[in-house]
Amino acid sequence: MFSLSRKDFTLLAVFSVIVMTMPIWLQPLGAAYPGLMQKFVIYAIFAIGFNILFGLTGYLSFGHAAFLGVGSYTAVWSFKLLSMDMIPALFFAVVFAGIFALFIGFFSLRRSGIYFSILTLAFAQMSYSLAYSVLTPITNGETGLLIARDDPRAIDTMLGVGQSASGMPMPSLIGIELGGYGGFYICALVLIACFFLSQKIFASPFGMALRGIKSNPTRMIYTGFNTKPYMLTAFVISGMFAGLAGGLLAVTDPIAGAERMQWTESGNLVLMTILGGVGTLLGPVIGAWVIKYCENIFSAINTQMLNGFFEFLPDGVQSVAVTVMSKFVGEGWHLTLGLVFVLIVVFLPGGLVEGAEKLRHRFRRRSDTYDLAADAQEKRT
Amino acid sequence: MDAILAQLLNGLDKGGAYALIALGLTLVFGTLGVVNFAHGALFMLGCFCAVVFRYLLTIETVTVDPTQLSPWGAPVEVRTPLVQSWLGDWGAFLVDYSVPLSVIFAVPVMLVIGIVMERGLIKHFYKRSHAEQILVTFGLAIVLQEIVRSFFGANPVPQPIPADLRVAADVGVWFGMEAYSVTYPTWRLVYLLFSAGVIGAVFAFMRFTTFGMVVRAGMADRETVGILGIDIDRKFTIVFGLAAVVAGVAGAMYTPLLAPNYHIGMDFLVLSFVVVVVGGMGSLPGAVVAGFLLGVLQSFASMNEVTSIFPGIDQIIIYLVAIIILLVRPRGLMGRSGVMES
Repeated sequence: MFSLSRKDFTLLAVFSVIVMTMPIWLQPLGAAYPGLMQKFVIYAIFAIGFNILFGLTGYLSFGHAAFLGVGSYTAVWSFKLLSMDMIPALFFAVVFAGIFALFIGFFSLRRSGIYFSILTLAFAQMSYSLAYSVLTPITNGETGLLIARDDPRAIDTMLGVGQSASGMPMPSLIGIELGGYGGFYICALVLIACFFLSQKIFASPFGMALRGIKSNPTRMIYTGFNTKPYMLTAFVISGMFAGLAGGLLAVTDPIAGAERMQWTESGNLVLMTILGGVGTLLGPVIGAWVIKYCENIFSAINTQMLNGFFEFLPDGVQSVAVTVMSKFVGEGWHLTLGLVFVLIVVFLPGGLVEGAEKLRHRFRRRSDTYDLAADAQEKRT
Repeated sequence: MDAILAQLLNGLDKGGAYALIALGLTLVFGTLGVVNFAHGALFMLGCFCAVVFRYLLTIETVTVDPTQLSPWGAPVEVRTPLVQSWLGDWGAFLVDYSVPLSVIFAVPVMLVIGIVMERGLIKHFYKRSHAEQILVTFGLAIVLQEIVRSFFGANPVPQPIPADLRVAADVGVWFGMEAYSVTYPTWRLVYLLFSAGVIGAVFAFMRFTTFGMVVRAGMADRETVGILGIDIDRKFTIVFGLAAVVAGVAGAMYTPLLAPNYHIGMDFLVLSFVVVVVGGMGSLPGAVVAGFLLGVLQSFASMNEVTSIFPGIDQIIIYLVAIIILLVRPRGLMGRSGVMES
C-alpha cells in the first residue's frame, strides 16, 4: 500500500527534505516567517488537490474556493462546539467538504467543457452569496466566524482539558498548543502526506483511467469504462484536499470568512496550478509557492526601495525607472502577476516545470551531440 | 399592481445591462469560437471612458477673485472649466451631459482597444482549447484591471446624471393609473431605451448589411465562406471590435447608476456568462431574451413577499435558474444544437 516506484520514492524524499528545511533555505530569500510558510504549505495542498481534478481529467473547475470555505467554516465550528484539538477539526473539514463536493459534483459533472466550468462557478457563487446573506447564523456574515472564550467545546469540557487562564484558546494537537513553528511543521507533515497521496493517485490504475478520460472520453466508454463514477471520485477527492487546506487555514488562524469563497480565489488557484505546470506532481506546489512568495515580496516593495535600487542611474532616468517600476510592485503587483500569467499561457502552456524540462533537454542534447562529435574525433585519430 | 410595474421596470433595466454585455460575449463566441473572460474588463474600460471624458471636459482654470469674499473674508477661488470659458453656456451643457456624450468618445476608443486585443492576443488562441482561452483572457482581464487601478485608484469614481434627467418620471400615469402611484428615476428609463436601441442596432446591422450577412455566413460555416474568397478573419476582427464597443457603451452609460471601480467588470462577468449560457452559447436572440428574463426574475425575487417565503432567494435566483437550465436543456433557451455539446 505504501510502496512507490523508485523514481517516485526519490522524488518524495527530496520533496520532504525541501519542505522540512524551508525555514533554512527561505532565510536568505527573506520569507522565513512561520505565518508565511504556513501559507506556502497550505496553498500547496490546495493546488495539489486541484491538480488531481484539472491535471488528470482536464475538467476546469472555477468553484474550488467554495470547498476551501466550507473546510474553514467546519473547522472553526468544530473548535467552537467540540474541541480546540485540530484532529476532529480537520476530520470534519475534510468530511464536510467531501459531502459538499459530492453534491456539487453530482450535478456539475453531467456537463463537460465550458459548461462544467460555468456550473461550478455558479454553485460556488451561490454558496458565496448565501454565506453572506441567509446563512449568517452559521457563517457570521461579513464579520467572519470567530471563536470565543465561552464556546461550549463539549469534548474539552468532558475531558476536563483546562483552558489557559487568560486570552483566547489556541488550536492544539493532543494538548500541545500550535503556534509559530509548531503550526508550520504540522502543516508541512500534512503537505508531505498529501504529496504522497497524489503520487499514489497519479501512479494508480485509477489515475490512468482519469488520464484516459482526459485524452478521449468516448473511447474510454467504448472500452467498457463507466466514466461517471471515476470523474465523481476525482472531483470529491480534490474537494476534500481543498477542505483540508481550508481546515488548516483555520487551524493556523481560527477565523473563517466568506471572502475565501469568492470566485477570484478559485481563479488564483487556477493561476497557481497553471504557473507551476498542470498535470505534473511538483508543478502545482511550485506554482503556489512562487505566487505566495511574490505576493509577499513584491507587494512589500515601495518607492523608497526602488530609489535605492536604481541609484546607479542618472537622476532623470532614475525617476523614470522608479515611476515605471512602481506600477508593477507594491499595490500593483497583481499587474505583474497578470502579465506573467498571460505570458506563461501564451508561450509555455506547460508551466514552469515544462520550461525547466525543455531547458534540460536542450542542454542534454547539446552535450550529447558534443559527445558524439568527440567520439567521432577519437575514432578518426 | 403598481409594485409589480415598478419591479418589472427595475428588472428590465438591470436586464438591459446584462443583455448588452452578454450580446458581445455571445457574438465573440459565435464568430471566433473564443470564450472571452476579459469581456467584463471591456465593460469596465467603457465605464472609465466616461470617467476620462468627464475629466477632460472639466480641466479647469483657477483664478482668485478679489471682489468675492468668503464668509471669513478671504478671496474666493473661482474654478471655471476651460470648456465653459471657451464655449460659454454650450460648454456648461457639455459638462452637464458628459455621461451620455461620452458614448461618442467610447465608440472609437473601444473599437481600437477591441481590434488591438484581437490582433495582439486572441487570434493566437483560435486553435487552442477552451480552457486555455479562458485562462489567457482571465489573465488579460487582471492586467487591464490593474492598469486601470494604477491610474484611477481603488475607490469608485461616481459620475453625475445630467441635471435635467435627475427628476423621477411618473410612469404610472402612462399606464392610466393615478398620478404619482409609480415613479421611476428618469435616467434608468433612459438606460433601458438606450440598451433597447443598441440591441436593435446590432440586430439590424447583422440582418440588413452585407457585412452582417457575411458574418452570419461565417458563423454557420467558416470554411466555405473562406473558400468563396472572403477574408473572414478580417471580418471577425471587426466583430470583436464591435463586441468591445457594445460592452463599452453599456459601461459608459451605466456609470451614473453604479460608480465604477476597477473590478466592476469582474462583478458583471460572472453574471453575463450565466446569461449567455442560459440563452445558449452563440445565440444572439438567446442572449437578449435571457438577459431581460434573468433581470426581471432577479428583481421579482427581491420583493418582500417573495423573500419572506424563500429567504435569500434574491441572491441566488440567477445561479439557480442557470443550473436548472444547464441540467435540463444544456444548449440553453435558444442555442443551436451541436454547439459545445460533447
